[in-house]
Amino acid sequence: MLGKLDWSAIPFDQPIPLVAGGIVLVAILGVLAWVVVKGHLPYLWHEWITSVDHKRIGVMYILLASVMLLRGGSDAIMMRIQQAVAYQSQGYLPPEHYNQIFSAHGTIMIFFVAMPFVIGLMNLVVPLQLGVRDVAFPTLNSVGFWLTATGALLVNLSLVIGEFARTGWLAFPPLSGLSYSPGVGVDYYAWSLQISGVGTLVAGINLVTTVLKLRTKGMNYLRMPMFCWTTLASNLLIVSAFPILTATLAMLLLDRYLGFHFFTNEAGGNVMMFMNLIWAWGHPEVYILVLPAFGIFSEVVSTFSGKALFGYRSMVLATMAICVISFMVWLHHFFTMGAGPDVNAIFGIASMIIAIPTGVKIYNWLFTMYGGRIRFATPMLWAVGFMVTFIIGGLTGVLVAVPPADFMLHNSMFLVAHFHNVIIGGVLFGAFAGFEYWFPKAFGFRLDERWGKAAFWFTFVGFYITFMPLYIAGMLGMTRRLQHYEVAAWRPWMIVAAIGMAVLSVGVICQIMQLVVSIRNREALRDRTGDPWDGRSLEWATSSPPPVFNFAFNPDVRGEDAYWDMKAKAQQQSLEHDVPEYQDIEMPRNSPTGFVCAFFATIMGFALIWHIWWMVIVGGVGAFATFVVFAWRDHDEYVIPAAEVARIDRVNLEERRSLVSMAGAI
Amino acid sequence: MSMTATAGHAHADPHHIGVVIEHPGPASKRIVTAYGFWVFLLSDIVMFSCFFAAYAVLVHQTADGPKGSEIFEQRNVAIETVCLLLSSFTCGMASIAADVRNRFWFYLGMTVTCVLGLIFLVIEFREFADLVARGYGPSRSAFLSSFFSLVGCHGLHVSAGVLWLLTMMAQVFAKGFRADVLRRMMCFALFWHALDIIWVGVFSVVYLLGSAV
Repeated sequence: MLGKLDWSAIPFDQPIPLVAGGIVLVAILGVLAWVVVKGHLPYLWHEWITSVDHKRIGVMYILLASVMLLRGGSDAIMMRIQQAVAYQSQGYLPPEHYNQIFSAHGTIMIFFVAMPFVIGLMNLVVPLQLGVRDVAFPTLNSVGFWLTATGALLVNLSLVIGEFARTGWLAFPPLSGLSYSPGVGVDYYAWSLQISGVGTLVAGINLVTTVLKLRTKGMNYLRMPMFCWTTLASNLLIVSAFPILTATLAMLLLDRYLGFHFFTNEAGGNVMMFMNLIWAWGHPEVYILVLPAFGIFSEVVSTFSGKALFGYRSMVLATMAICVISFMVWLHHFFTMGAGPDVNAIFGIASMIIAIPTGVKIYNWLFTMYGGRIRFATPMLWAVGFMVTFIIGGLTGVLVAVPPADFMLHNSMFLVAHFHNVIIGGVLFGAFAGFEYWFPKAFGFRLDERWGKAAFWFTFVGFYITFMPLYIAGMLGMTRRLQHYEVAAWRPWMIVAAIGMAVLSVGVICQIMQLVVSIRNREALRDRTGDPWDGRSLEWATSSPPPVFNFAFNPDVRGEDAYWDMKAKAQQQSLEHDVPEYQDIEMPRNSPTGFVCAFFATIMGFALIWHIWWMVIVGGVGAFATFVVFAWRDHDEYVIPAAEVARIDRVNLEERRSLVSMAGAI
Repeated sequence: MSMTATAGHAHADPHHIGVVIEHPGPASKRIVTAYGFWVFLLSDIVMFSCFFAAYAVLVHQTADGPKGSEIFEQRNVAIETVCLLLSSFTCGMASIAADVRNRFWFYLGMTVTCVLGLIFLVIEFREFADLVARGYGPSRSAFLSSFFSLVGCHGLHVSAGVLWLLTMMAQVFAKGFRADVLRRMMCFALFWHALDIIWVGVFSVVYLLGSAV
């Protein structure tokens, strides 16, 4: 009846996950109770959960990422403490628990923090920058988000029901095969990634189509903001790389569930094939994450330098070059597998070639700042911090792209330091920059600058204190994923890293404080103009937060930096012009499809993990029925009447006109 | 956007290339839908290519079990191929019928497509059942694992296609040739034709090359 599920699945003997899970459960129930008692449930359901508005979905993605960042961060804190105390002792975490923690940390940070964060920002901003009303497939967008949430939910369920994988974040066989991992940990890993992977693919298809087919009038390819270009590149990578992950995990699951022999040691299975397949996805994945961050930095650097982006065309070319080359380097993840010097040399050189377009980008950002009127607002701090940090991470990357050096550094703490250097210094700094930069657009008020700057400095300094020692420990021969160690020389560096982690945590607390303080002072921080940073692209041309239809009229773009040009011309010319003829606007209707689908996907995923076959069928049939019901809808759009559009737009125009005339007077 | 009402065209050619093609604005719903579905199909083909790659890597890993030439029946594969190629033709007929709003030919085309798809599935299912009965199931060897996965993945797609086909017929029955129904029909047709293309790959790589192994 319940498959493999019984009371032994709940770890009564392990206090840490049980207490943590209990606290989270109480917190969730508390929030739910508060929502129901206060009567917010209808609002949440109609305005958020069933929303197909790309801005709302973007915000929910970012919210999911932020919550999961806390979860992944607590894993990181536990690991740093463990390694600081586990010198010649077992530390406080038993090995099987420690192994689950580092696996969960990697999985969560990549799939449920970095991915939803960048996809959320792309969702929120790209249609606005393109001057359109929504993404190509609004309901599908909602489905994609909720499937991602399903994956995150399943990973967290593993904390209290059963266990998580002990295999590292990529679950290499044969360790992840049935004979070495007979428990449900790997199944939790694989099914949550399969389900959220579908969500990611859907988001990718949506954004590729949006950028290629939905640009507003006059928005030629070479007038698109950089963030749209990097979004395009990143999502092209998603639609070409995520199916590889799907296929690879499907093979692993077939091995585990039905006794297939793709990656087993018996009957001719080939373990190295898993390495090749997973990294053929895994390497582009890094660029899926970092390319949007590059786009954010381009926007931020240009806005806060008061200059057009330097070398726009070379930036586009560099972006697309990175997009293509990132698919040709996967083998550098296993130089030590014995492919021979020729293969290693080719992949080593291909890896180093990526440094060229990346270097082009760095120089372009620097030249954009050169001679500009730079304002060091919080997003700009993150951008500058990124440039310094990412260059260090990139250089150590070039170092490990040298096969002989990689033989020394493979699977060492040096590698751990390298990829945290680029992922935190690149993706996370980018995500925070984008968060600070676009927050006023999403919510209509700015974030508190003092707490924002404090958050930046603590995170920045904390990052260096945490991860620079790991480079040294790696040079001293310390390998990754050690539950305890006997080498005295490593210990001081582990203690420094743990201290760094504490500093980093202060940064996180500052970020939370920033949110709290800003929400409290939101009236004082209100952004009435819709353009708090003196921005250059179209998202600043509408009010903050934008109306559901984004733009009363499809903007007509006449050059790069569309909104900057409009403002410049508005100052030169008289603002008097004909009152425009407003028209009815059709917008997609809200739909619970995404939420209901994810509900059934959660049931199905959980049932598959625990081999509860009847429940699998219930989930599958339910998901299919949801789609049919969705397909049967007769009215999928509603009309906003012209008068209503006019009313909303006039308020925005008045605010803006007063702003422009003020600026003109100066 | 009202603000641009007075803006001039000074920036139409910022880089002085001489040729400026002004972007006309968002594409029609039909184009957007078809384009998005194409992108999905391409990603689906990437997924298939992984199973093809796995098959290519594992084809000789028979673990003393049967080789391809010992289990493949050319006659069955020939019938399957004919069924599928023919079904692509009838699916095309149904699409044309939908475009000209002809219910009779639409239902006829779709029914024949469905029957041909089902015949294909039955033959494939019998082939699989027969192999399993002889002890040559997917867990016999890595070669058979990859064979069952690749061919079975295509079969799963055909099954999903048949479900979709029936849903389309029901939708036309209930709602007529409405614009959104026609867009879905277009996506279905793309899907069905893409399955055909993948089958050409399957029968070349698995059955034709495999028979020589």
